[in-house]
Amino acid sequence: MTETLSYNEIMSQQAEIMKQSVGIDYSRYESGALAFDYERLMADTGYDVETACVIQSETAVGNTPLIELKNITELVRTVARPGKGARIFVKDEAANPSGSFKDRRASLSVHEAKKKNYSGVVAATSGNYGAAVASQAAKAGLRCIVVQEAFDSQGIAQPEIAEKTRACEAYGAEVIRLSVGPELFYVFLRVLKDTGYFNASLYSPYSVLGIETLGYELALQMQEKSAVFPDVVIATHAGGGNVTGTARGLRKAGAVDTRVIAASVDLSGLHMASDHDFNRKSFTTGHTGFSMPFTCWPDRADVPRNAARALRYMDRFVTVTQGEVFYITQVLAELEGLQRGPAGNTSLAAAFAIAQELDEEQIIVVQETEYTGAGKHPIAQLNLAKQMGVKVQRGEPGDNRPGQRIVIPEQPSQISVTDVELDQVRRSYLHHAIESLSEGERLSDVDIDFLAAETRSSKTYVREFIDELC
Amino acid sequence: MAKLTSKGTWVEIHNIVLPAGERAPQVPEDTQQVPLEMRVKGFLVEPASLDEEVEIITTAGRHLRGRLIEVNPAYSHQFGAPIPELSTIGGEVRAILRERGYIK
Repeated sequence: MTETLSYNEIMSQQAEIMKQSVGIDYSRYESGALAFDYERLMADTGYDVETACVIQSETAVGNTPLIELKNITELVRTVARPGKGARIFVKDEAANPSGSFKDRRASLSVHEAKKKNYSGVVAATSGNYGAAVASQAAKAGLRCIVVQEAFDSQGIAQPEIAEKTRACEAYGAEVIRLSVGPELFYVFLRVLKDTGYFNASLYSPYSVLGIETLGYELALQMQEKSAVFPDVVIATHAGGGNVTGTARGLRKAGAVDTRVIAASVDLSGLHMASDHDFNRKSFTTGHTGFSMPFTCWPDRADVPRNAARALRYMDRFVTVTQGEVFYITQVLAELEGLQRGPAGNTSLAAAFAIAQELDEEQIIVVQETEYTGAGKHPIAQLNLAKQMGVKVQRGEPGDNRPGQRIVIPEQPSQISVTDVELDQVRRSYLHHAIESLSEGERLSDVDIDFLAAETRSSKTYVREFIDELC
Repeated sequence: MAKLTSKGTWVEIHNIVLPAGERAPQVPEDTQQVPLEMRVKGFLVEPASLDEEVEIITTAGRHLRGRLIEVNPAYSHQFGAPIPELSTIGGEVRAILRERGYIK
């Protein structure tokens, strides 16, 4: 390894390391003070959704079943007003080779790495994505290194991440396990520089284009099953790729009226870079610790420009509590015979509440499941929570306090969603945008257009906000 | 004398990447007070004892150095004891559907 290069030295070489390792010159797409041509960045990869489907089918990725959750729908109707209670379907992404939708994200990256003659791939991830990249790399004959944030200063591993370590190693990947902290990025850059491997970033255009097939496929499957597109698709939301890719895929299939709802587990009060809080989160992804900062400012990722830009695509953003997700995970297993998640079940908990707002004929699709197993299960998470002093009890979900008390509902009627005010998110985004400007730099028309697209608002909205601020 | 682990054994090494007090400025206080640690597994290049500085070859073919901390490290993550707060949920929701005559 490049042992001699210090933190500051490596961080100062970030732009060059990125250019070499992603094979994209992001500066080509930039204009104005902060704008960039997002659609051209995506299009220049050369992968349209049909091509992506073909590449994915070569490694048995995609074509996962769309399953109607009839018993859960019936349970919704026992608590909904008469005539309410939409049909709930789930896209069983656990059927992918490494057990989650992350195979879609990994497939185009690994395909691209091979095409560009890289000898290996590196991914910075503690989640299913590591296993997905390792699985795809194994099939492609490429070397693979996964960098994880895995244990706290007491040496206690987060059980779900320990399972991902095992899965990555099972596929022959080298796994670098780190203690808590954002300097993981420094280690990641050091590995990229040391190896010259491809950066299989979760946030590259390849990763997001790989998810488009999920939205595309589910829209067509639903049309085949019920002759309509879904009314609502709910996606568990963390870094933004899932929402972005799914929404883009839905549009490409023609499902332009389908509402896309982002759902996250509420982890407010816990700090994502805190050693103390690390093993008190009980969730490793799909939570507000990622989704809030990434929605409010996506360009905080391991590539210069994040291809996952969720605020452009979400019609609504909701949160659910930890206890509600654990409850619905148990219900999914015992009423539908599907042992999945827990992380992907965040959107299922939201669907249970949102289905009650819709009519019985309407359709909600929960767009992912993930495999479950040792460490990656509510029992493992709740045992760790208890060990760390977090109280676990039945009761009113409103009493749930992340890191202190996990409250599991007593009745299905207690499951609800809390709306995140999208206008607040837009304003926060625009604040970040203004703060990113250098001294004396001014916004041009192209920037205003870009910000309107980014916040899914209008040029007038953006201009009024800026006037208000200055 | 400490027991030697043979060359070629699957082991885990440990390194301090950033010592406590030298963490990135944006890191919260509790994390500032602990080092950034790294653990990696690979095949031992030369026979060595626990706690010695060793070289390994990882599955990606990289040669890395660090303190030998584990020999053939186990995967110890598990489920653990059933959680009483989850154990009755299935029965509760089935009872609701049964009452409506939807299931038997």
